[in-house]
Amino acid sequence: MSDSEKKKPNRRDFIVTATTAAGAVGVGAVVWPLVDQMNPDASVKALASTEVDISAVEPGQSITVLWRGKPVFIKRRTQDEIDSARAVDLSELKHPEKDEDRAINPEWLVMLGVCTHLGCVPLNDKGDYGAWFCPCHGSHYDTSGRIRKGPAPTNMEVPKYEFVNSNTIKIG
Amino acid sequence: MSDHEYTPKSKVGKWFNDRLPLLTLANHLTDYPTPKNLNYWWTFGGILTFCLITQIITGIVLGMHYVAHADLAFQSVEHIMRDVNYGWLIRYVHANGASMFFLAVYIHIFRSLYYGSYKSPREVIWIIGMLIYFLMMATAFMGYVLPWGQMSFWGATVITNLFSAIPLVGESITNWLWGGYSVDNPTLTRFFSLHYLFPFLILGLVVLHIWALHVPGNNNPIGIDIKKPSKDTVPFHPYIVIKDAFALLIFLLIFAFFVFFSPNILGHADNYIEANPLVTPAHIVPEWYLLPFYAILRSVPDKLLGVIAMFAAIFVLVILPWLDTSKVRSTVFRPIYKQFYWFLVADVLILGYVGAMPAEGLYLLIARVATAYYFAHFLIILPFLGMKEKTTPLPLSITEPVLGGSTDMAMARNNSDFKDKL
Repeated sequence: MSDSEKKKPNRRDFIVTATTAAGAVGVGAVVWPLVDQMNPDASVKALASTEVDISAVEPGQSITVLWRGKPVFIKRRTQDEIDSARAVDLSELKHPEKDEDRAINPEWLVMLGVCTHLGCVPLNDKGDYGAWFCPCHGSHYDTSGRIRKGPAPTNMEVPKYEFVNSNTIKIG
Repeated sequence: MSDHEYTPKSKVGKWFNDRLPLLTLANHLTDYPTPKNLNYWWTFGGILTFCLITQIITGIVLGMHYVAHADLAFQSVEHIMRDVNYGWLIRYVHANGASMFFLAVYIHIFRSLYYGSYKSPREVIWIIGMLIYFLMMATAFMGYVLPWGQMSFWGATVITNLFSAIPLVGESITNWLWGGYSVDNPTLTRFFSLHYLFPFLILGLVVLHIWALHVPGNNNPIGIDIKKPSKDTVPFHPYIVIKDAFALLIFLLIFAFFVFFSPNILGHADNYIEANPLVTPAHIVPEWYLLPFYAILRSVPDKLLGVIAMFAAIFVLVILPWLDTSKVRSTVFRPIYKQFYWFLVADVLILGYVGAMPAEGLYLLIARVATAYYFAHFLIILPFLGMKEKTTPLPLSITEPVLGGSTDMAMARNNSDFKDKL
């Protein structure tokens, strides 16, 4: 057969193309459930919110609660810590976020206690900024939980939360 | 497959072989012509096969007693250690067996690097080998998670979080890997399932690895092709079989030393504390065999680039056959490459050492220099050296240096046992 002559598609070509396309859709329909079964299931998703009593937390103290299998830091900050977090110039930050946006109520900082580098739990009252330090790969966070030094790419994440009343926080 | 036709002697054998030529295969494996100058660095293929079978057998037995559940896994491992008959022995053989497996595979890989076994026409053997190595790392990593101790949990957290570095879809991928929003029970059960599966994939790849080896035949310490099969080779059985068996025996002495005298020396004390998602151990370290890659990961200050560098460190090995431009296989005839080879060995050992140390100060600096050198070796030194280097003259055949052709060859002098045979 010569290359220059372009073959006109006949009925058999049509059947081959249609069969292949239908087969691909069928394979996809079978593979997707096998892939999706690994995603978070209904029982995991059901644990989406948790309520925390914070009445016993003194200024300067921090508590850690488990939410969706991850630690959440609830820190009652001192005036000094709030001031130092708010005094920072945004241009110094690797991931610029205002402290005002991270802590709605300045006294309470609520965030996922998960280093954004590779997921370790940072230690409290440690590191160059007197706040959090991740022991795994040396990321330093400030009193607003913002990344200041080290390999972590972003600030510690602030989850969705609300004050149910002055003594209770609902996370999730 | 072997050139000559094989016919079984017995009638039954012939009847069976005509329907399924297993006896032809067995004959091929027995008579398989092997270069007669193979040294003891060539015995690690057999040792590795032994390691894989050991891991599969002990693993199947452990699977009969282990419970893959976040609340029960840790207890079930202690149950294996204290209650199950010989459970301590089987678990220690399995845990130390993983380390022995990696020890052997590193020697096997560095043997390949020294004698140029990855070069044409053996590129496919090498690539399959690298796939096996990659699967071994994945299998070992998932196996280490199963006891559900602190190192299991946080090692799993750090490694699975590597995928969160992928832009846009990173978080979806990690949630998919975890089956949740953190490492938890769904992660443990799937790791158990895959940890059970992967060794059989490795076994399949080992069959392909050996098949691909038997097409061109073995490389050898002087790295030249076989000229006269009758003169340059010996049959696999009994010559290589007995040599491999002896090497395996020595290897088993070392293996047994670890199992019986220091079964925990290669592990971490933190893994005897049950997993706690609220507390990260002060110092997270992977198992020793992953340390060089861990050092590369940590030496890059950017998260995504660190992950890319780590995977690139493995990928650069896959494309090695095309990075090394030298046509001469054996390092014996490459005086300059020989020095760079030992630099690379030292570099990898240094990376392994700093991988175990905290990522700060001088350690971090050393890790960065060593990482840069690692990539320079493969991407700059090898391609250019192959074009520039003056190699020493190659012997005409494997037999020639033994019979006194070039007496200045250390290789020939050392292999005095071949002289006796001739």
